[in-house]
Formats: sequence, C-alpha cells, structure tokens
Amino acid sequence: MRKVAIYGKGGIGKSTTTQNTVAGLVEMGKKVMVVGCDPKADSTRLLLGGLAQKTVLDTLREEGEDVELDDVVKSGFKGVRCVESGGPEPGVGCAGRGIITSVNLLEQLGAYDESQEIDYVFYDVLGDVVCGGFAMPMREGKAQEIYIVCSGEMMAMYAANNICKGIVKFAEAGDVKLGGLICNSRKVDNEFQMIEELARRLGTQMIHFVPRDNMVQRAEINRKTVIEYDPTHPQADEYRQLCRKIDENKMFVIPKPLAIEELEELLINYGILN
Amino acid sequence: MLLRHTTDKVIDRQALTINPAKTCQPIGAMYAALGIQGCLPHSHGSQGCCSYHRSTLTRHYKEPVMASTSSFTEGSSVFGGQSNLLQAIETIFSTYDPEIIAVHSTCLSETIGDDLNQILTKAREEGKVPKGKHVIHCNTPSYVGSHVTGYANMLLGMTSYFAQHTGISNYQVNLISGWIEPCDMREIKRIAKKMQANTMMFPDTSGILDGPLNGKYTFYPKGGTTIEELISAGDAKFSLGIGQWATEEAAKKLEYKCKVKYDICDVPIGLQATDRFITALSRYANVKVPQSLTNERGRLLDMIADMHSYLYGKRVALYGDPDWLIPMTEFLVMLDMKPVYIVSGTPGKLFESRMKEILGEKVPEAKFKNGETADMFLLHQWIKQEKVDLLIGNTYGKYIARDEDIPFVRYGFPILDRVGHSYFPTVGYHGGMRILEKILGALMDRIDRDAPEEKLELVM
Repeated sequence: MRKVAIYGKGGIGKSTTTQNTVAGLVEMGKKVMVVGCDPKADSTRLLLGGLAQKTVLDTLREEGEDVELDDVVKSGFKGVRCVESGGPEPGVGCAGRGIITSVNLLEQLGAYDESQEIDYVFYDVLGDVVCGGFAMPMREGKAQEIYIVCSGEMMAMYAANNICKGIVKFAEAGDVKLGGLICNSRKVDNEFQMIEELARRLGTQMIHFVPRDNMVQRAEINRKTVIEYDPTHPQADEYRQLCRKIDENKMFVIPKPLAIEELEELLINYGILN
Repeated sequence: MLLRHTTDKVIDRQALTINPAKTCQPIGAMYAALGIQGCLPHSHGSQGCCSYHRSTLTRHYKEPVMASTSSFTEGSSVFGGQSNLLQAIETIFSTYDPEIIAVHSTCLSETIGDDLNQILTKAREEGKVPKGKHVIHCNTPSYVGSHVTGYANMLLGMTSYFAQHTGISNYQVNLISGWIEPCDMREIKRIAKKMQANTMMFPDTSGILDGPLNGKYTFYPKGGTTIEELISAGDAKFSLGIGQWATEEAAKKLEYKCKVKYDICDVPIGLQATDRFITALSRYANVKVPQSLTNERGRLLDMIADMHSYLYGKRVALYGDPDWLIPMTEFLVMLDMKPVYIVSGTPGKLFESRMKEILGEKVPEAKFKNGETADMFLLHQWIKQEKVDLLIGNTYGKYIARDEDIPFVRYGFPILDRVGHSYFPTVGYHGGMRILEKILGALMDRIDRDAPEEKLELVM
C-alpha cells in the first residue's frame, strides 16, 4: 500500500487535484482511500457527488466509543473509499487535534489493515502545516510520500518551501519523502520554467504541470471530477497523466528548503520582472 | 455531612462527571516506567502535571517518586516542545545519569501535536542519548481513557522499543504485569518461583516503590525489570498478560512484532482468578502445581468456610479499575456476598459483559457502569436509594463512607490515608486471605460498635 499526502497553500486546488488524480487511479483499477484532513470536510465532494459525508469527528461526538469503520467510510466514484476527518467550526476548539484524533481512530478501526487490500491512501491536508496536528499525516507509519501542489504565484511557492521545512523534520525521523511538486497552473508568466527550477533547487521534480482549464470548474459545479464529468476532455487526460506519473514515480527525496532570499531571487529571475 | 447535597434521584447525565472514578493517563505511564530498573520517568508538558503525578504516587507508595518535566512555558506551547525536550534529555543524562528515560506526553503536548517519536529520533541523531542508554516514549492524552490507559500505553512503549526477536527461544514466559502493588508483583513472582516456572516479569515495581530504609538514599533503587530482560521478551515462548485493560496492547504488540503468542488472564484476586492464573501459568510454562500452593489454597478455603456466616448476603458497593473490580466482584459473589453497585471511570465495553456474566444470575439486582459518566456521585446516589453494608475502593470513598456510616475497606489507587497496601499483597491465595481479613475486620468492628452492651460477643 502506498500512502500519499497532498499539501499546499490554501485555495491552490489540493482537493480538486487530489480527487481528479484519485479518479484517474480508480479508473486504472486501483483501490484507493481518500482521507480528508480539512475541518471544512470538502475533500471528497467530487468523488461522492456532493457533501454527503458524515465526518469521523461528528460520528465520534454522537456515537461515543461505538464507532465502526462503516460509519465513517463512504463509497464514491467507482468504489473509491472516502473519509472526512471533519473538525470544529471556525474560531473554536482545536482543528489540529481533530486530525490527530481521527487518524488515530482510523488506525484503530483497521482502515489501513492489509485485509482492506488498498493500493493507495491519499491524505488531503489543509493549507500550510500550521500546527503539529496538520503534520499528523507525516508522522512515522503514516504517509510515505508527499506531493505539494503549487503555482507560479509567490505565496504558493513560499508555502511550498515552508512545507518542505516540515517534511525535512519528519523525514529525518521517519520514512516520509517528497515525491514532487504538482504545478496547478495559474497562467503566471514563465510558470512552467519557474516551478521546474524551484523543484530542481529543492532537490525534487515537477511531477506534472496541470494547465488551467475551465472544464475543471464546470465539473466542480456539477459535483464531479473531470474524469467522471467528461472523460474524453483533454483536461481529463492531464489528470490521467498525473496519476500515471505518480504511479510510476521513483524519485523520493528529503527536500532542501530554500532561504527566503534565494526564493525571492528565483521569482525575480523567472517572474514578471524578466 | 460533606456530601449532604447528594440526592437519591438519578438524573440521566450526558456531559457532567462528578467525582470521577479515575485519574490522568500520565500517572499510569509514570508508575509503569518506575517498574524498569534505573528509569527516570519524564513528563513532556507543563510542570504542574508532573508535580501532581509525582505527589499522588509519593503519597500512595510513601516513597520518594522521581520524575522530570519538559517545563513548558507559553513559548513552548506556541512553538512546540522540541527544544525543551532535547535540552531535558541532555541535562538528565549528564546530571541524573539514569539507564533509561521514559517520556510520556501530557494533554498540552498532545494537543499542540508534538511528535515524541520525531523529537526522540532527533535527540538520538544529535548524540544527546549516550551510548548504551535509552529513551522510550508513549502518548498519554488524559482526555482519552484513564490512568489505566496510560499504564497500558507505557507497557506498549516498552515492548515496541525493546523487545527483540532473535529467532532463538529463551523458553521463558513473559508475565506482563497489570497495575498492581509492588508487593503483588513480588507475590506473583514468588508463586511463579514456587512452581519453578521460567518467567520474566515486566514492569516490576517491587524493590523500587517498597524499598527498605537502610540509611542510604539511592536515586535508582535496585529493583525493577532490567533492559536486558525487556529485550528478552521478544524471544519468549509465551506471554501471559495479567489484567486485560493494562496489558493486552503490549501483549498484542509482542505477538505482532516478535511472534510471541499470548493469553490474558484476570489479576489473581480471590480464589477463582488465582486458580485460573496458576492453571494458565502451569500450562504455558509447562510446570506442575506444587503441593505447597495447593495448601495455600486450602488455607484460604478454610478461612472462607470458617467465617462464611459473617459474609453471607452482605451488600457491597465498589469503585475503581476494571482489572481488579472484575476478579474482586467474582470473589465477593463466591463468598455469597452481594456486590450490588459497581462503577469505574475507565471505559471499555468488556466491563459490562464480564460483570453480566459474573453477576447475572447470582446478584440480579446489581447495578454496574463504566466510562465517563460512571462516577462516584452516581455510586453515592445508588447507595442513597438502598444502603449497602460495605464500601470497597480508594481513599476518595471516605466521604461517602462517613456520610452514610458504612464500613469501608480501602483498595485500589490511590490510598493516601492508610499504610500497608504496598507491603501486604492481595493477589494469590495468601492475598485472598488478606482481603478476607480486611473485609471481616470492617464488618465485625461494626457489629461490635453497634451491639448493645448485653449482646457484645467475646467470641466471634
């Protein structure tokens, strides 16, 4: 079983990219589980055709000890197994602790047991690694490979670099490695070259460049992944390529985060000033 | 009448716990860690946690309990406790020189998401752990489970870190000790020795928390399970866990990691649980039960037969931890007493099914509950509804015993106001006699107290 976590700046398209990639993998016949680690609980919307999922933490709150795996795992597009951690409403409680609790519970319930015969687990994690809880999927025995979704915008690259700092810390203690950057294009000038260069300096690769296409938004409004909504569309093939590259990926590294000056220099050399 | 506001009307509560029948996870982790030779428990959190846990253990065992803390400040809570723990490890090894540090987390460090495994790996890589010394850890958030969970988690930490499977069996049986007194651990080892069973007990607080006073203070008394013994657990032919709640996770880990098969038995309290323990040990260690043990059993039986009339039909209320409540209830039923009310703050579904099995036909009127809302307030309310003749539990029961004027036998953890519990075992057949003596003493003192002058019996 390969355990994958997707990180990236808030709003960069992690959930969309994850779900489309997962759709590609299940299309290839893989058995996949998606664990949404975002209190908003919208990491599985496209796979389930709407926000239909009761979260692990809601279930725990209502049922107490008696939670069973079937209460929190829902079957989506082509049998993909969907779980949402959930969490408190904005402004109260501790969302990070929520992630810790729910990932622990899933382990206890045997969600990752060999008997489940899962090929892939995807953790879709909220925004930056803001506190210890959001690093939970990187802890030992959890995700082994991380992909960072980013774009050529400065803040997205800044966040990617920050996430790499988190990865270094956990990579030294466990077996987590960076698998690459996924560029979710925002049509920034020189974006392709800039992210390739960022990846190179981080010691990793840009595993795929996902072009911007309104088809993604159209499918999203219809609560579907592109692969489900319009399987013949060129954008669907982009996601298929991404998932094939992830499936065949052999390059797993401990990243070398950049100093902030170096990051700014990169933006100047490749960015709009050029 | 300190608890005079308690009424007999039970209202279904969802969120409120009053006078919980449990305490914090780290206390259990700390107690378990003290069962390793040369071990300094370390609390990764604020100072207050460590002080409370140390003082409660000190008051119960009447021995100085040492433990260190990461001393979290406002800053550590914001930035994570890594630098505090790294510094602590360095200071502890250079100043206090233990063989091993056993780190447990606290509510605060758990909530901010400190990853102990990652921090300790870093400490090892940075050379902060001297060669031949060890640092182990477990996670103990107190908002999950109880002190028993913390004890179980530390045992899990010991097996995960130490147990090694070399493929060459050492033919020993691991005795994984549940949360019992140091003298109880000593007694179980005595029984195993009498049976000539090849056993290794972990953890083992005997000699550490019931050490002799000899005029010389030692920071790390010469008792406890050694690191070599903990490593050897992986080559054992079998593990016997004593107490489901405290030991099953560790036993499971040993099976998963080192292929050592396991069985779980109850803490050998009373006749039947001791019978089962001895039978199990005799089977797994492939040894005979010596006549001397059968004689011990006979003495307990004799005492029961002699005093049966004082015990028959007496209503008892108990509270504490499932691992001792279950065999104790079974023992009381066997004595023809009526354990009618039982609560435990420690969750776990098995409690209900075991209690049903033990009480179902014999004491159909019994009420029992465990988990968050099974507190001493509820127990007191039940007692108000219909009185009992005896109360068994830790020191916190003295308020109920006084208000309701009920004979009280102290048992469990913590006992802060009496001595003896850490010295006189209550496990095994001899231990059963000790329990009987305590129960009979309490009941007969009451008869004497209440007897009119002309009815005061000389012979009882």
